[in-house]
Amino acid sequence: MQVLYFANIREQLGVETEQVELGAEITDVQSLIKFLCTDRDPKWQIVLTDPNLLVSVNQEVSSLETVLTAADEVAFFPPVTGG
Amino acid sequence: MRTVSIQTEDFSIDHETKQLRAATPEVGGIATFTGLVSDLNREQKIESLFLEHYPGMTEKQLEKIIDQAEQRWTLLGTRIIHRVGLLHPQDQIVFVGVSSRHRKDCFEACQFIMDYLKTHATIWKKESSDAKAEWLDARESDKLEEERWQRTVKSKT
Repeated sequence: MQVLYFANIREQLGVETEQVELGAEITDVQSLIKFLCTDRDPKWQIVLTDPNLLVSVNQEVSSLETVLTAADEVAFFPPVTGG
Repeated sequence: MRTVSIQTEDFSIDHETKQLRAATPEVGGIATFTGLVSDLNREQKIESLFLEHYPGMTEKQLEKIIDQAEQRWTLLGTRIIHRVGLLHPQDQIVFVGVSSRHRKDCFEACQFIMDYLKTHATIWKKESSDAKAEWLDARESDKLEEERWQRTVKSKT
């Protein structure tokens, strides 16, 4: 599964994109976040549990409960500020 | 007839309006909105603005906004352009043009599309002033503008 990070989320984590192997422990967005925060710098926990954080799965706005499969594209980003 | 473009290049309002005019002789009116980079935000002098977006998702979100507008109003054409990359004060940043038979449809749809674009298009602005560069926070007022539409019933007859 491909995971993308945008704007200040990307800058704070220092990662633009990464491939994550979908193991048994990752079933939905919530468990993906838990996986990404494990054995990494504490900033991951801070950034990915921010209540303002938005997530999309396959370019559709999603929630923590959205179920994931191996071919999914998941993105984390802050509230949008275009226009 | 609709077009959605996320681009670094500038655009011509005249060209966009001509395209909307030429599409069909049924057109009775065109409403357009052009957003510019302003040099002031929260009393800070802005030197430049950097815009990032989520390629693919932004276009999909804008298509969905046009779908919603077409459910509410009878539209003949819609053109949306949003620039990304490095911009400076007075640069054009966004364009929304809508054509319809009657003015009410294009006036309202144009505002609706801008209000929804502000809260749904996956675009982010980073502002640079004297010494620092900061990502902008989403504005509560933009959310309220969007919610106003959710309280209004569809005006399409």
